[in-house]
Amino acid sequence: MSILIDENTTFIIQGITGREAVNMTRECLNYGSKIVGGVTPGRKGRDVYGVPVYDTVSQATAQTRVDGAVVAVPPAFAADAALEAIEAGIKLIVIVTERIPRKEVAQLIEFADMHGARIIGPNCLGIITPEKSKMGGIGGPAEDTRKAYMPGPVGIMSRSGGMTTEIASTLTAAGLGQSTAVSIGGDAIIGNTYADLIPLFEADENTKAIVIYSEPGGPMDAQLATYLKEKKSRLPVVAFMAGRFMDAMPGMRFGHAGTIVEGRADTTEEKIRRLNEAGIAVAEDISDIPRLVKERLK
Amino acid sequence: MRFYEYEAKTLLGKQGIPLPKNGTANTPEEAARLAGEIGGPAVLKSQVLSGGRMKAGGIKFADSPDEARSAAEVILKLEIGGQLPRSVLVEAKANVRKEYYAGVIYDAVAKRPLLIFSDMGGIDIEEVAEQHPDHVARMHFSSLLPLSDYKVKETIASIGVTGGELTGLVPIVTRLARTFLQYDLTLAEINPLAQLDTGRFICLDCHIDMEEEARDRHTALLNELGVKREETRMARPPTPFEIKGAEVDAKDTRGVAGRVVEFDGNLGLIIGAGGGSLTLFDAVRKHGGKAANYCEIGGNPSVTKACELTKLILSKPGVEKIAVMMNVVSNTRVDIMARGVIKGVVESGYDPAEKIAIFRIPGSWEDEGFKILRKYGVEYCDRSVSMNEAARRAVEKVKKG
Amino acid sequence: MPSMFIRVDADSSVHSNAELAKKLTEICPVDIFAQNPDGTLRIVEDNLDECVLCDLCVEACPPGAIKVVKLYEG
Repeated sequence: MSILIDENTTFIIQGITGREAVNMTRECLNYGSKIVGGVTPGRKGRDVYGVPVYDTVSQATAQTRVDGAVVAVPPAFAADAALEAIEAGIKLIVIVTERIPRKEVAQLIEFADMHGARIIGPNCLGIITPEKSKMGGIGGPAEDTRKAYMPGPVGIMSRSGGMTTEIASTLTAAGLGQSTAVSIGGDAIIGNTYADLIPLFEADENTKAIVIYSEPGGPMDAQLATYLKEKKSRLPVVAFMAGRFMDAMPGMRFGHAGTIVEGRADTTEEKIRRLNEAGIAVAEDISDIPRLVKERLK
Repeated sequence: MRFYEYEAKTLLGKQGIPLPKNGTANTPEEAARLAGEIGGPAVLKSQVLSGGRMKAGGIKFADSPDEARSAAEVILKLEIGGQLPRSVLVEAKANVRKEYYAGVIYDAVAKRPLLIFSDMGGIDIEEVAEQHPDHVARMHFSSLLPLSDYKVKETIASIGVTGGELTGLVPIVTRLARTFLQYDLTLAEINPLAQLDTGRFICLDCHIDMEEEARDRHTALLNELGVKREETRMARPPTPFEIKGAEVDAKDTRGVAGRVVEFDGNLGLIIGAGGGSLTLFDAVRKHGGKAANYCEIGGNPSVTKACELTKLILSKPGVEKIAVMMNVVSNTRVDIMARGVIKGVVESGYDPAEKIAIFRIPGSWEDEGFKILRKYGVEYCDRSVSMNEAARRAVEKVKKG
Repeated sequence: MPSMFIRVDADSSVHSNAELAKKLTEICPVDIFAQNPDGTLRIVEDNLDECVLCDLCVEACPPGAIKVVKLYEG
């Protein structure tokens, strides 16, 4: 079992003819994902690795059932592309694009809420349910993805796309597979935070533990800590916190757009304190994660 | 991107928010002239981006043009947070009856803009929120639908503000919230928002940050304010090394070799990507390593880009070795990185086997990459060696020399 | 500066074939091929190390007419 996507999930890629999107399409297809169409204005009638290209999203949804959309268009057009997909009735939108201004992100999240759609990202690598489907560049080429991910009981949520795979790879090497891994995005405002997604993992009986990767900045860890305390979640959570050096460098931006220390609550020290308080184990090193998860699975 | 106070005030003034009579001076004489024009007691404020101006002595009062001249003389030479002021803002001193607070930010939990209002202004809002929560009102508002005045009225009234205070505050606070959306701001704060003896309301101090990624959408405003494209407006200005790093990144559109930040250590870092860099930089510090720089590589940069970044880092005085490390990569290619870094080392006149402390980039095209590394005798490792362990080895090698 | 990692060997039938030269110029994602004023093929030495090993050039030519040599092998 899994959350968000499985072997039956159908999706389209918006901006499918772009250089990176072409790659992503091939990698997803090779992994077994069901890509049922792509959209690039003016390119209707072409195909990318056998995937039909349309001018508009509604042309694609008129042809077939579309569960999801990956938005892989430049920042100036990304919000518009997401709105188009939501308006066309698509319920799961993964936004890969980086550098979309916060206002537009807030606008399209609000629009998605009105239409009952869910947004993952922006600035993320997507979602993977090992050996079933991947939606986005997560894991890279299919053979590399198979090296890093295998099915199992651990759900992953990460603000860093690359670290999602690093963590999965470490878990896999220790014999711990994953139910679903979600690269939630590195921007200051993202469609779904840890706390937004954890109820889905909670409802997935095959998920037995959660690993999160976090960074300085933003209230998302505090939100998760509050959720876990209030809801008495059955799921043990292990966290890794990067960017500890940033605590001493307020106002400097490193890493993702959402990563900046503006006040005490943004520091890793304070975040770790809150996570610990909620019973979340914070690993000192990525290689400690499998041990911490195994201890909590018993 | 942070605005200087005088820029923020110019923007708020354009939006119809009342300000004290003011002007900026770059010399003590200009300050004296401005104080003369104001024609009464004035306040002189250092124009720096960092906070804590009052404590640092960057804000002074003057009752005459002569006093303004000598105050400006001191302020213009005073470094605050490592920065000299850009100018000094000379402003009519206000007779304040009461101070309020109004601020707008994004709430990443609700994913909506959030208006915060308090009738206890002039102090840190976080402090007020902790100690006097009943004096703080909050309202999320839509970023899609137009903001109605009555929503702001309800918010302000919710903490007991009424009468002329309520009707005077509503238009100002509403304008602030609209300005926030109109100009892609990430912080718009008036503190204090002061009521004068006359009953009028006025913005005495403000903080405004614009979204870095939205700068291109507001070039008209930025040109008007005189904000130059190359100004990063981070907590400190970029060093020449960092500017060169940005140039390497800008020259070639393939991939990212960005956000180079200079430190003064002996271990050059070629690290990635966004999250991986943070993790690796922590690991280097944990093992007692002294980094010469921070950087973020990602998005499959070209050989040339990796090569140029390597050369830049090796050109920095005091760099003894470089460590090339990333998390398991998905789209950046191991072989391309190996080529770029080795080329950069060779073109800098060094032996890759000696200069590269460790190469730990597993993932896409790793077998091809490892072939190249073997050929040049570079110590490398695959994903079975953790990022932390790779950083430890690199630090150890530099210590041994 | 000579390339360190990649060499491309094209035999004379490729070099003199203007049509093939044009095709190679178009398909190479890292601009290793260009055309001389007379239409013949020119290999852009500066770009050789950027080769992403996509083999599109090899596939575009008759078998064996063009070889991408990895200088770090053997």
